[in-house]
Amino acid sequence: MSEGMERTAHRDYTGAKIGMWLFLFTEFFLFFAPVLLYTIYRFRYHEAFVASSHELDLATGSINTAILLTSSLTMAVAVSALQRERARLCLWMLGLTFALGAVFLANKYFEWAAKFSHGIYPGSDALAGGPPGQGIFYGLYFFLTGLHGLHVLAGMTLIGVMAVMVHKKRVSAADHVRLENTGLYWHLVDIVWIYLFPIFYLVR
Amino acid sequence: MSIQESYLEAGPGSRLFSWIFSTDHKRIGLLYLMVIMSLFFAGVALGFLMRLELISRGPTIMEAQTYNSLFTLHGVIMIFLFIIPVTTSVFGNFMLPIMIGARDVAFPRLNLLSWWIFVAGAALALATLALGPADTGWTFYAPYSLRTGQYVSLAVFAVFVLGLSSILTGINMITTVHRLRAPGMTWHRLPLFVWAVYATAWILVIATPILGVNLLMVMAERFFHIGVFDPALGGDPILYQHLFWIYSHPAVYVMILPSLGVIAEIIPVFSRKIIFGYKAVAYSSIGIAAVGSLVWGHHMFVSGYSYTAGVIFSLFTFLVAIPSAVKVYNFVGTMYRGSIVVDTPFYFVLAFIYMFAIGGLTGVILGALSINIHLHDTYFVVAHFHYIKFGAAALGFFAALHYWFPKVFGRMYNRGFANLSLLVFFIGFNLLFMPMFVLGYEGMPRRYFDYLPQYASLQVLSVVGSWVLVLGLVMMFGNLIKGLLSGKPAPQNPWGAATLEWQIPSPPPRENFREIPEVQHSPYHFENVRRELD
Repeated sequence: MSEGMERTAHRDYTGAKIGMWLFLFTEFFLFFAPVLLYTIYRFRYHEAFVASSHELDLATGSINTAILLTSSLTMAVAVSALQRERARLCLWMLGLTFALGAVFLANKYFEWAAKFSHGIYPGSDALAGGPPGQGIFYGLYFFLTGLHGLHVLAGMTLIGVMAVMVHKKRVSAADHVRLENTGLYWHLVDIVWIYLFPIFYLVR
Repeated sequence: MSIQESYLEAGPGSRLFSWIFSTDHKRIGLLYLMVIMSLFFAGVALGFLMRLELISRGPTIMEAQTYNSLFTLHGVIMIFLFIIPVTTSVFGNFMLPIMIGARDVAFPRLNLLSWWIFVAGAALALATLALGPADTGWTFYAPYSLRTGQYVSLAVFAVFVLGLSSILTGINMITTVHRLRAPGMTWHRLPLFVWAVYATAWILVIATPILGVNLLMVMAERFFHIGVFDPALGGDPILYQHLFWIYSHPAVYVMILPSLGVIAEIIPVFSRKIIFGYKAVAYSSIGIAAVGSLVWGHHMFVSGYSYTAGVIFSLFTFLVAIPSAVKVYNFVGTMYRGSIVVDTPFYFVLAFIYMFAIGGLTGVILGALSINIHLHDTYFVVAHFHYIKFGAAALGFFAALHYWFPKVFGRMYNRGFANLSLLVFFIGFNLLFMPMFVLGYEGMPRRYFDYLPQYASLQVLSVVGSWVLVLGLVMMFGNLIKGLLSGKPAPQNPWGAATLEWQIPSPPPRENFREIPEVQHSPYHFENVRRELD
């Protein structure tokens, strides 16, 4: 692809980490703005927000939280395993992380589908007829969990790519920064959920 | 001359592919230059047509709806596709690694990806032109942007994509400055252009995601009616304005900071003197970036938000004038008792300082609460931000082009003709925008395709100014293109500058340095360099 540059490309472990942290920083701000809106509207439409929050399924939300937390653990184990040159264990852990992400999304799908079947989706007649804050609560709920879902999907894609690279030994104990950065990304996806879960499900 | 071959020389394989898939920061810089300049001239054409429409009252060459689309596209192109990326992406890419003594940026492939994302965003923005251009103004204010039948979603998505490109460039620049400085290149030996791009990169990384998600929410509003900005669903459009300006005000500093950095490079070279107050200039870039992040509310003085908020935002607006003024004082202080060599880049600097002072001072006027109520959304605002963004920021980029042209292309342009083109540009610019201060003060609102009879004479003067301005631009770029094609070969260090990019051949060899240099001096230590032009 590129002549010349590749040959002299140096491996800068710290540089790669700095770049990733800066990127995570921008991801944080991406979620920060809608959460700020949530905070403002929570003050403005307090009762509608409390009432709507009771309608979310706390059990599913809690299970999903546990799933994502566990997946962060398996991801961390995957990174450590590769650093200790245990590529097989690393692959198993990556697979497990991927599967947990998929289960999370499946749960999310059923949760959304249940809401849709009750006529609750952005722009629905049920929400248009309800108190004004209710529509915004669900608007933000679907927007933020949707945006988070996309990030889960992106993270799973990265994990899939990493699994192939570990398998082909293009990512190895000697050169593992890409896997480590994927891990960082996955932890961000987890942390975002750690914030979304309480503001939508727990604060009642 | 060095035995290494220049980065411009063709490598193996297809000529086109060796450019558009190159990870060489210099080639990527030129790719940006090509795309951005084409877009700039498209934006100039739109602005020219808008002005022409106003030569007489009533519909002259277009209807109101067309006019609304034109000012939207003019704004989107000039802001998101030209002035935000131009200096950072072209010269930040090309010069920053060389100036700190590196062979490339920290993430060369990510750099190439940023360019491709930028091109995709530009293509999306231009696609709206064919489909049905947005008519909201470049600000996409809710609730109108949620209702209009035009292709607003596509336009805001284009801006979202461009934002992603900005973020990746910002990450690259920050990491490059932290990791790839040559031995001896301490933070206080960084050329001031590097400081400026570094501060700019931080603004890009911090502010752009807010704009990105805000625009995503506009799309979600349009497609799914999530209600956050729509008053009919209980949402609050003022919150859109807040989130929009939290990015878009700092973005003003994304436009101007790199240009201020360019000016800080040029002045010491042509004054043959170390810059006055190096640290003050360097840290004022950071100061502008920091305080500039807290002034967004001054775009919203008449939005009906709280009076307390207005007072605080007004105060911060006055404060941000301080680091800006520090820079101007230091620029002028550098010239004091220098042995000034008056040459083309220096003329650009003088014009820049004049425009920046007018734009900056009228900004302080607009930052005052009471006066702002009168001047809000008038031509006064239009004139003010054109002085800053076009007269200063874009002119700073033109200065950079004339300063670094010999290094980038290895050829000289006709300096006498360049001076003449600057003079024509300068006269045209002031003819075009100076009357707008008066028109705005007298009450002419912005974004109207028609006006009352009492504004006619100044409007016509402004239209004539736009013709002179365009003539100046055509002369300026015609001259540069002629220099590119048939100019005399440029010496290695024509101006006698001390920064690293002038210590390597013109044009630079493929990997910049045969050996990474060891830096001994400040970038403005002129003892060992001399001017190679007569």
